[in-house]
Amino acid sequence: MIDEVKHEWPLFEVFVRAKRGLNHVHVGSLRAADHRMAVQHARDLYTRRNEGVSIWVVRSDDVVASDPDDKEALFEPSADKVYRHPTYYAIPDSVPHI
Amino acid sequence: MAFDDTAPSSSSLPEPTAYGSLTDHEDDARWAYGTGFTDPLAGVPADLPDGVDRADLMTYCLMLGDDALIMSHRLQQWVTRAPELEDELALANIGLDLLGQARLLLTRAGVAEGAGRDEDDLAYRREAHEFRNVRLAERADGDFAQLMARLLVFTAWRLAVFDRLSGSRDPMLAAIAAKGVKELTYHRDYAARWVVRLGGGTALSHSRMAAAMSDISLLSGELFRAHEVETRLGSVAVDPGAVRGEFDAVMGEVLAAAGLPARDEMSEILIFGRDGNHTEALTEILTEMQELARAVPGGKW
Repeated sequence: MIDEVKHEWPLFEVFVRAKRGLNHVHVGSLRAADHRMAVQHARDLYTRRNEGVSIWVVRSDDVVASDPDDKEALFEPSADKVYRHPTYYAIPDSVPHI
Repeated sequence: MAFDDTAPSSSSLPEPTAYGSLTDHEDDARWAYGTGFTDPLAGVPADLPDGVDRADLMTYCLMLGDDALIMSHRLQQWVTRAPELEDELALANIGLDLLGQARLLLTRAGVAEGAGRDEDDLAYRREAHEFRNVRLAERADGDFAQLMARLLVFTAWRLAVFDRLSGSRDPMLAAIAAKGVKELTYHRDYAARWVVRLGGGTALSHSRMAAAMSDISLLSGELFRAHEVETRLGSVAVDPGAVRGEFDAVMGEVLAAAGLPARDEMSEILIFGRDGNHTEALTEILTEMQELARAVPGGKW
């Protein structure tokens, strides 16, 4: 028996793998009392039109996300480093099959 | 019911079906929703089995079809009233699955009758006393626990019946049952999880769930009594008495997991919905369900 009553179910993030895809893709979120219920709800909410063959759920508060305020420090330093793209390099004529 | 997928009657081509519009394109990568829809009844012979009594087969299809139709309507009434949005959609999905079963079974009933009546005639233009559903299907639910108790009993019983019906001598009934088994397996699982959750939840949810299970046993006796039509049809139909053992085992497992008392003995039932004896609850359902079809005879949507 449960003594403590919570008035709101926790949030879960839902990932569905489509029939022909390789990766589970984030499709949305839902509320459920536990992980089993979250899978059941995900089935009803996100796979009604034959969208999936596999479902993952994870509690939203278990997801660690990057901070939007860190955007400059995290992502902008890569903006000027074009040499990280293979297309930056000229391919010598003597190198075939590339 | 058939409103969404019939072609204009002026067309001389075969009427496209809802499945056809989803499966007749080849470049299905352009669709955002899933693909690979199939018609579960494709290729199933529609002929009646040799030597079957048409009236009995029709009545049997009505019995199974009306169970689904009336239960589906009760589930639809929970839409906008369920405790959570997620569960509302689950109930609507289950109601839709049952409505799909009802459509196929009422269509089969019309074919067996051979008088040209279709699923809409049978759903919208029959009186309460002509409905063959068990009384359990029509009861209104006072709370969510009552709905879950009723859904669990209904789906555990229907799943056991459909499992056997998938070996019916009528190939169409067998195909309809085989399709339904997959749906009912999920419905039963959904209801069982809620019964366990409420039974093992708070003191309040436990007492409401226990009361709901006790109430529903009053209506459960009818489910296992073989109707004379079922007996006469032999290997076309399923003797519901034969599924009692499987049903009791499932209920025992769920109730034990929920910490709820074992089931009361089912009371001896004297009045049977299968014979067309119904409560006011069915009249209320039909008034709502048939209102539009009766107000606009022959209307198409």
